[in-house]
Amino acid sequence: MTEAIVGATAKEEAIRQKLVERFPFLADKVRATRPRRIFALVEAKDFENVLVFAIQELGFTILCTITGLDDGPTLGFVYHITRQDGITLNIQYDVPKENPVINTVTKYFPPAEIYERELIDLLGARVEGLGEGVRYPLPDDWPAGEYPLRKDWKKKISDTEAENA
Amino acid sequence: MRKVVIPIGPQHPALKEPESFNVTLSGERIMAFSARLGYNHRGIEKACEERTYLQDVYLIERICGICSHTHSTCFVQAVEEIAALEVPRRALYIRTVIGELERIHSHLLWLGVAGHEVGFDTLLMYTWRDREVVMDILADVTGNRVNYGMNTIGGVRRDLDAAHIKSMLKAVDTLEDRTKYYIQVAREERTLIERLSKVGTLTHEDAVKLGAVGPTARASGVDRDTRRDDPYAAYGELDFKVVTDDHNDVYGRTLVRMGELMESYKIIRQAIKNMPDGPIAIKSPRRIPAGEALSRYEAPRGEDVHYVKANGTDRPERVKVRAPTLANLQTVEKMLEDGQLADLPIVIAAIDPCFSCTDRSIVVRRSGVRSKNMIRWEDLRSRGIEWYRENRGIDFAKLNRKLSDRMR
Repeated sequence: MTEAIVGATAKEEAIRQKLVERFPFLADKVRATRPRRIFALVEAKDFENVLVFAIQELGFTILCTITGLDDGPTLGFVYHITRQDGITLNIQYDVPKENPVINTVTKYFPPAEIYERELIDLLGARVEGLGEGVRYPLPDDWPAGEYPLRKDWKKKISDTEAENA
Repeated sequence: MRKVVIPIGPQHPALKEPESFNVTLSGERIMAFSARLGYNHRGIEKACEERTYLQDVYLIERICGICSHTHSTCFVQAVEEIAALEVPRRALYIRTVIGELERIHSHLLWLGVAGHEVGFDTLLMYTWRDREVVMDILADVTGNRVNYGMNTIGGVRRDLDAAHIKSMLKAVDTLEDRTKYYIQVAREERTLIERLSKVGTLTHEDAVKLGAVGPTARASGVDRDTRRDDPYAAYGELDFKVVTDDHNDVYGRTLVRMGELMESYKIIRQAIKNMPDGPIAIKSPRRIPAGEALSRYEAPRGEDVHYVKANGTDRPERVKVRAPTLANLQTVEKMLEDGQLADLPIVIAAIDPCFSCTDRSIVVRRSGVRSKNMIRWEDLRSRGIEWYRENRGIDFAKLNRKLSDRMR
């Protein structure tokens, strides 16, 4: 048993094997970290295929949320999907920060819209296929190009705060 | 009929917290609904990256005034998993007990709000009076009515002693009696049944499709509960039922929450009975090794999700929080479809969006006197009883004595 699957039970191992069987390039990219938790790192180009397989063949039909990560030169997106028995699959893929384009997953998970809008506002992701809608969660007059969850973003001090400092 | 769009919020008497809704009406009928959120966004995820893990426990606890233990537990679980900490079993049981007390205070609060929204203010007064019983217990055990500060990375900060357990079990008995009465009211009181039935309908299919969580989902027959499906703390060792209902409306959501109150009493009794002896925390390193974890927790409002990524320092690389209301708000549009404008407050309230409740002390300013006086809770209660006796001819003294005797 490799270190990657310590703590996992037969169920998670079976899911890991099915993923690797279908997508051989995932051989060392899928880790079951403990019972009911599986993490997978995929290439951006393979993400949608893996996601669809996980939904349709492995039963991961519930989206918990989407996490955006600023990893320096890349932005990472982790899709936390789960199923009735509590096993949660976390699929991450990275895109270059200078062109952070991802595809919407609303056609698979309609509630993803609000999570994707959050990625747009806070991390500056560009979500292809997501229609017009109300922004979330920043104010309407938030300056363009300011993405507060990026690591290099620093809070600007207002004039009043500067005076009181 | 001409369509009219009316804005509701961000500040509006029908809402308990800032959100903004645009409602398109044809007469009194709701044709379309859109929501704008974010007015409460405080940048907590970013702030977490700039603080140590231990500081984050306290910051995260303040995401919500009601589900404070929910968020702190969800966060420390993720950190403990990354750091591979073996949390003492007694700590897991104590977390469970506090979590269920929090659920009781949240559900009783909700029941009062729901009563208020439909003009049944007696229910508000009754449930909020009873809610004081659980708030007193939380204050007794943790030192605070909300933001209990019970969790730390590696366990809990306070143990339960024999006196706590005795008063807790007594409180659970009292509250169970009261809840049985509320269940009877909900099952027999026709005005309440008629007012809540077929209001805010969400079919099973829509609840699943739109990703509803918690009582909102369970009242549409979605049999999901993180406590059972992805057990954490001591839930894997306890016997309880996931309450579901197939009314698919506000009435169903009321029944589910009441049923969950009864299950919470059962869970607390079991957890106290089976609580192992031993330490309540283990020492956690300041620096958390690189890694990532996803933690899930069944909050009173539904599934709370925290993702934590560690980079080997004493500060997290990333903390992501998905509170249950964000998942449930997406169902409101469906619930209001073709509904009446007058139903909007109760439909929104029925997903139990979060609002804060805080302090117990009240500042009274005497007219003509500049100084401020603090008034104790017991004195305020006595003053209220006296006022009603003098001005309304209603004597609550007997009822108050009965409640006090039960708690003694």
